[in-house]
Amino acid sequence: MAPFSSLPRKREPITGGEWIPACAGMTRKVRIALGLLGVLFAVLTTAPAVAEGVPLPAIPKAKGEKCVEEPQLMRRYHMEFLGHQRDATMRQGIRTTRHSLKECISCHAVDGTDGKPVTIKSEQHFCNACHSYAAVRIDCFQCHASTPEVPGRQAAR
Amino acid sequence: MSNKACDAGRRDFLKAAAAVVTLAPGVTLMSIPAAAAPRPADQPASATQRWGLLVDTTRCTTDCTACVSACRTENGISGHGRPATDPQWIRKIELRNETTGATHSLPMMCQHCANPPCVDVCPTGASFKRADGIVLVDRHTCIGCRYCMMACPYKARSFVHEDVEDQRPDVPRGVGTVEGCNLCVARVDAGGLPACVESCRSNGNGAMLFGDLNDPKSEIAQRVKTYATTQLRADLGLDTGVRYQGI
Amino acid sequence: MKTVAYSEVQGLTPGWMTLLGGLGALIAIGLGSAWYMEHNGHYVTGMSNQVVWGMPHVFAVFLIVAASGALNVASIGSVFGKTAYKPLAPLSGLLALALLVGGLMVLVLDLGRPDRLTVAMTHFNFKSIFAWNVILYTGFFAVVAVYLWMLMDRRMGGWVKPAGFAAFLWRLILTTGTGSIFGFLVARDAYNSAVMAPLFIAMSFSFGLAIFILVLMAAYRWTDRPLGDGIVRILKNLLGVFIAAVLYFVAVQHLTNLYITERHGIEAFILRDGGIYTFLFWGVQIVLGSLLPMALLFHPGLSASRANVALASLLVIVGGLAQVYVIIIGGQAYPLEIFPGMEVVASGFFDGQVAAYSPTAAETMLGISGFALAMAIVAVGATVLRFLPVSLADEG
Ligand code: HEC
Ligand code: HEC
Ligand code: HEC
Repeated sequence: MAPFSSLPRKREPITGGEWIPACAGMTRKVRIALGLLGVLFAVLTTAPAVAEGVPLPAIPKAKGEKCVEEPQLMRRYHMEFLGHQRDATMRQGIRTTRHSLKECISCHAVDGTDGKPVTIKSEQHFCNACHSYAAVRIDCFQCHASTPEVPGRQAAR
Repeated sequence: MSNKACDAGRRDFLKAAAAVVTLAPGVTLMSIPAAAAPRPADQPASATQRWGLLVDTTRCTTDCTACVSACRTENGISGHGRPATDPQWIRKIELRNETTGATHSLPMMCQHCANPPCVDVCPTGASFKRADGIVLVDRHTCIGCRYCMMACPYKARSFVHEDVEDQRPDVPRGVGTVEGCNLCVARVDAGGLPACVESCRSNGNGAMLFGDLNDPKSEIAQRVKTYATTQLRADLGLDTGVRYQGI
Repeated sequence: MKTVAYSEVQGLTPGWMTLLGGLGALIAIGLGSAWYMEHNGHYVTGMSNQVVWGMPHVFAVFLIVAASGALNVASIGSVFGKTAYKPLAPLSGLLALALLVGGLMVLVLDLGRPDRLTVAMTHFNFKSIFAWNVILYTGFFAVVAVYLWMLMDRRMGGWVKPAGFAAFLWRLILTTGTGSIFGFLVARDAYNSAVMAPLFIAMSFSFGLAIFILVLMAAYRWTDRPLGDGIVRILKNLLGVFIAAVLYFVAVQHLTNLYITERHGIEAFILRDGGIYTFLFWGVQIVLGSLLPMALLFHPGLSASRANVALASLLVIVGGLAQVYVIIIGGQAYPLEIFPGMEVVASGFFDGQVAAYSPTAAETMLGISGFALAMAIVAVGATVLRFLPVSLADEG
């Protein structure tokens, strides 16, 4: 007998015109709003570069042509994409690359002064760029590697 | 942004066939003899398969730890010289039959039960069995209560007692959660073999066989059909996916 | 029957401040210990991959078991209609809630990821007895809170009995659940047994009442309220019976295991060869925690002294902690039998070996802070609301 909760947690399919995150309760919206407000506040006080007309903290440039989603959409909903991917990969073994955290990390790696990608400990890390402004704390990198796989590292060990 | 995700799904699907071989940089899937045709990346694991492992203890030798080292490398496991709390995914055990004196050497890991006690007891459902029989810990919902470790008859799981750094991107691991052998699920999903099996074949004595127990044509299904194999603690009726031959 | 007058305890007196100051310090040390454990990871504790549940679980299980037992006094009054117990009902309910809070705090702070408590509250695997316990604990708060309200609000008098009955039933189920956390562990010879549930219920009766007696005596002494010999006599006799009940179930547990050949190993370990566990079983649980208190409580001369009743209650608590220690730690220290008929010559993971466990100060202090929190809640509760009868002097 499969325990109920071992079924993947239900999320609504991401379809339809004006997409609203599946678990977008009031609180979620409020939190996003607060987070974005925080970003905005930080932006106004530090006056950094203005990227494509949207004021944001200095976000490191990514490798590759373009993001897997519209950057606009990514900024707001990356946690939803990641959460969805997490459950699909973990529970069902779906290994599409599009919303994979591993892929975000390979494209968004930022090289430090030593020429090697910085880890999440560095303020330079892509995933810290907004989070430290918006005072968002995530635990993902206690487990997930915050730098891309070093080629050959596995063999060298 | 209409139907964005639907389009995305379709695009992913088209890419999938090609994506398999380039999935993980650093993992050269081409050189690994495939256990089965790889499942497309966007397809969920299915109950038509049941992954299993057969250990031929007559081939496994005391001095060989190829499986253990391969597991550590593949999964980025390293200890702190504190054996009681260091991570533990696979271990070698030496046995002596109390009446006959016969000795055996074998690797021991999660037995991937069809009726896993760890899954039964887990309060949050973080311990779960995937459709294809692989027993995993969803470390996103594991609260670190360790009840699964109390329940497991095989001591197959360990609790991450200290901060982990330098994880491999394919194998996230972190403090405060429970972990154990996952049959190298990412490799298996890509059509590859678990690292221990691969290493046993190339650096060890070829004592481990991986495959689909549900596929009557697979080598493992043939072997368990032809020879007497043992499920550890068979009295518990757990129907383990890992079987032993020769003990 | 005359109505009983209740009153609050006077707060902020020097004695009160000292008590709460002391308890507060213990709680602070416990929280500090938890932080230290979480910050460094559990390797700084005595717990390991062999003994996965340690001192925090001993205290947590003890407190949770005692919590449901502490409610008995109220149940005997409300459900079984024994008038002598009725004035004690509010304190009994308060103590039950407080002990449960203390136990749960310890349990939660020992989790590998206490930050994910919300996950535990939102994801339920209904096959897990642990998940059921989460529901039972939460429900216990609600049921007992309603019961207390019925008890303390005069207008609700008519509802006391049904509410008391519901609480009684709930607590029986709750302790069955706690016992089954161990009873359902199919793989371990030390646990896997249906007797765990009734054993835990008997333990709860005994531990809960022992704590209740001590709290009652202390409260009445420190607030200069009269406490009659009659009520003490009733309670101490009841405690004696409960101790005997625990002994009975312990005997059944071990006799069953002694009969089953497969389990001779674990029995020999606990009863004869287990070193510290054997000592704790015979020396502390049986002699110090059961036989000696029974003698103190039933001996016609000795039991007349209130100090002896208090001592007996204290011994029951010490013996109870030892019993839970033997069950939880002893049961894990004994190796799992994975290969029946085979001897493990060597293993990379301690197979076939008795596991070592020595609790560190941090995990022990975390456990003790659960006690302290429970007592602090009782003290504050009795200060702000009328839980204690003004007098418990013997009538007539
Ligand atoms: C193929 C490489 C690639 C991958 C994979 C990728 N990104 Fe991007 N990402 C980009 C590029 C290029 C941009 C455009 C921003 C820029 O001009 O640097 C971008 C922009 C973004 C932005 C907006 C940054 C800003 O400037 O406001 C966010 C947020 C973001 N990505 C998050 C993610 C997340 C989360 C993932 C994983 C699910 C991910 N990206 C995967 C390449 C990638
Ligand atoms: C306690 C460890 C742990 C933490 C913390 C954790 N993960 Fe994971 N995560 C894992 C493991 C283990 C997997 C499974 C990897 C596999 O099967 O290949 C995984 C897989 C994933 C995947 C699918 C694989 C990939 O790279 O796309 C995503 C997405 C993901 N996690 C997102 C997150 C996010 C977002 C967070 C933070 C909110 C997070 N995880 C926190 C352990 C963790
Ligand atoms: C464009 C700025 C920006 C970038 C870059 C960014 N984030 Fe975020 N992220 C946010 C904001 C703002 C929130 C808060 C929204 C909320 O609270 O719901 C957030 C929230 C999250 C959350 C949910 C946290 C929670 O507590 O619910 C996760 C997970 C997350 N981000 C992961 C990532 C990862 C992984 C990266 C790097 C690949 C990243 N983010 C990069 C802005 C950003």
